Amino acid sequence: MQTFDNASSGAIVLSMAKRIIENRAYLSEIDGKIGDGDHGVNMAKGFGMAAERLKDEDASLAQALDTLGTVLMTEIGGSMGPLYGVMFTEFAEVIEGAEKIDAAAFSRMLHAGLAGIRSIGSAEVGDKTLLDTLVPAVEAFDKATGEGGSFAEALQALVAAAEAGRDSTINLVARIGRASRLGERSLGVLDAGATSCAMILGELAVGARQRMEG
Amino acid sequence: MQRFINDPDLVVEDTVKGFVKAHSDIVRLAENPRVVVSRDAPVAGKVGVVTGGGSGHEPAFIGYTGRNMLDAVAVGELFSSPTAKSFHDAIKEANSGKGVVVLYGNYAGDNMNVKMATKLAAKDGIEVATVVANDDVCSAPPEERGKRRGVAGEIFMWKIGGAKAAQGASLEEVRATAQKAIDSCRSIGVGLGPCTLPAVGHPNFQIEPGTMEVGIGHHGEPGVRVEPLKTADAVARDMVKIVLDDHDLPAGTEVAVLLSGLGATPLNELYILHDTIESEISARGLKIVKTWIGNYFTSLEMVGATLTVMALDDELKTLLDVEARCTIIL
Repeated sequence: MQTFDNASSGAIVLSMAKRIIENRAYLSEIDGKIGDGDHGVNMAKGFGMAAERLKDEDASLAQALDTLGTVLMTEIGGSMGPLYGVMFTEFAEVIEGAEKIDAAAFSRMLHAGLAGIRSIGSAEVGDKTLLDTLVPAVEAFDKATGEGGSFAEALQALVAAAEAGRDSTINLVARIGRASRLGERSLGVLDAGATSCAMILGELAVGARQRMEG
Repeated sequence: MQRFINDPDLVVEDTVKGFVKAHSDIVRLAENPRVVVSRDAPVAGKVGVVTGGGSGHEPAFIGYTGRNMLDAVAVGELFSSPTAKSFHDAIKEANSGKGVVVLYGNYAGDNMNVKMATKLAAKDGIEVATVVANDDVCSAPPEERGKRRGVAGEIFMWKIGGAKAAQGASLEEVRATAQKAIDSCRSIGVGLGPCTLPAVGHPNFQIEPGTMEVGIGHHGEPGVRVEPLKTADAVARDMVKIVLDDHDLPAGTEVAVLLSGLGATPLNELYILHDTIESEISARGLKIVKTWIGNYFTSLEMVGATLTVMALDDELKTLLDVEARCTIIL
């Protein structure tokens, strides 16, 4: 059975932070088309602060996710602070104490994060938000394992579905958040939250696969 | 971009530092540097009154902190909700044991962060009630009033809520009266020019020269229509019509009027607008008993104005007259 080690995988969060910081301008640019244009700025600030706290720590994945979630929730406001903050702290709670993370634990982690987001937000799939990335990604992961796929294969399915979900937001009309005020004028543009969510899930999947054992 | 800033990422920190230095007789900074607290707070035996929101709207939100107004204010990044932690810390600062009412505007981030802060406060044993402002007429049709944004009507909601709390009312009474205040408000914004978040560096929307955006939001959310810029008289008539057509007020109703600049509109132009606003409101048989004109709730350096009309009953009229001491004279 494929697993990866919890204790030695905190660096996955550093890779996530690197990816978000590299895309600071890009995320702000796409947000600026239909939102405030500060998504990249705020995300890079939060992920950067978390990376700074983690850089000299030998954190487990659970500890690193908890640090990231706590920083986002307590230091970064807006909508993305609480939404991603809840997601990462829920992720952390599920895998806390686990020595190895297998596909089943990974799925539980994804579901807990999604449930956390749903407990504070009111968006549904199709509203042009990060849920358009996250929900199909979680479903694809479960479907792959349900059909007998390996953990690594399921992670591949997760990434493909996340990217397809992200791209689906181009053809959606925003129904929630600041972009919703634009109505039809929000068509033709990627949602910034859906885009950053695909980056986050991508780094998580790549990091897990690189560390895969068994 | 020609701005008085040091570091674009520290605009809020630097704003709050200067604000607290200027008004240290009225406010102090909490241990959390994103929470501004009235020197009087917490006031024994009084329901705490809290708000919070993104920065860039000064004097809102921090400028309304003070005696008989807001006890504590959570401060967010520019145009971005404060954290749940800051709302939670503001609630704690305002709490004297009689409960705390959070009076805030209807935005996705604020809704989430206030919800989380309320849960955190409940764990501390603090009873929290909330009122969400939705006075911006153009942000959703009347049948979806719950989706409307909160704008300058929030100032009336704070004023009324703060005054009610100062009279020793219970948490439920303060909540209900603040709710009545915002339900009595209707607002409309007209934008003539965009604004720029310093960290982004370019305007976050465009208004073509020679045009205006009717129904614009406090962060440049698009209005209901873009049309050629008209005379002040025509704009004023349009603003009054939009606000009052949404608010079925019988002739003889007393109203309070708040006309706020959005940041880069000269005060004299607000008076030019008001000349016709006053005539139009009076022509509908309504009686203006209070008028505030100035930069009460801005949007960085946006060019434009918002008009808020609040219908008054005896209670609201009395509460509007309760003296408050904050950095803004109300």
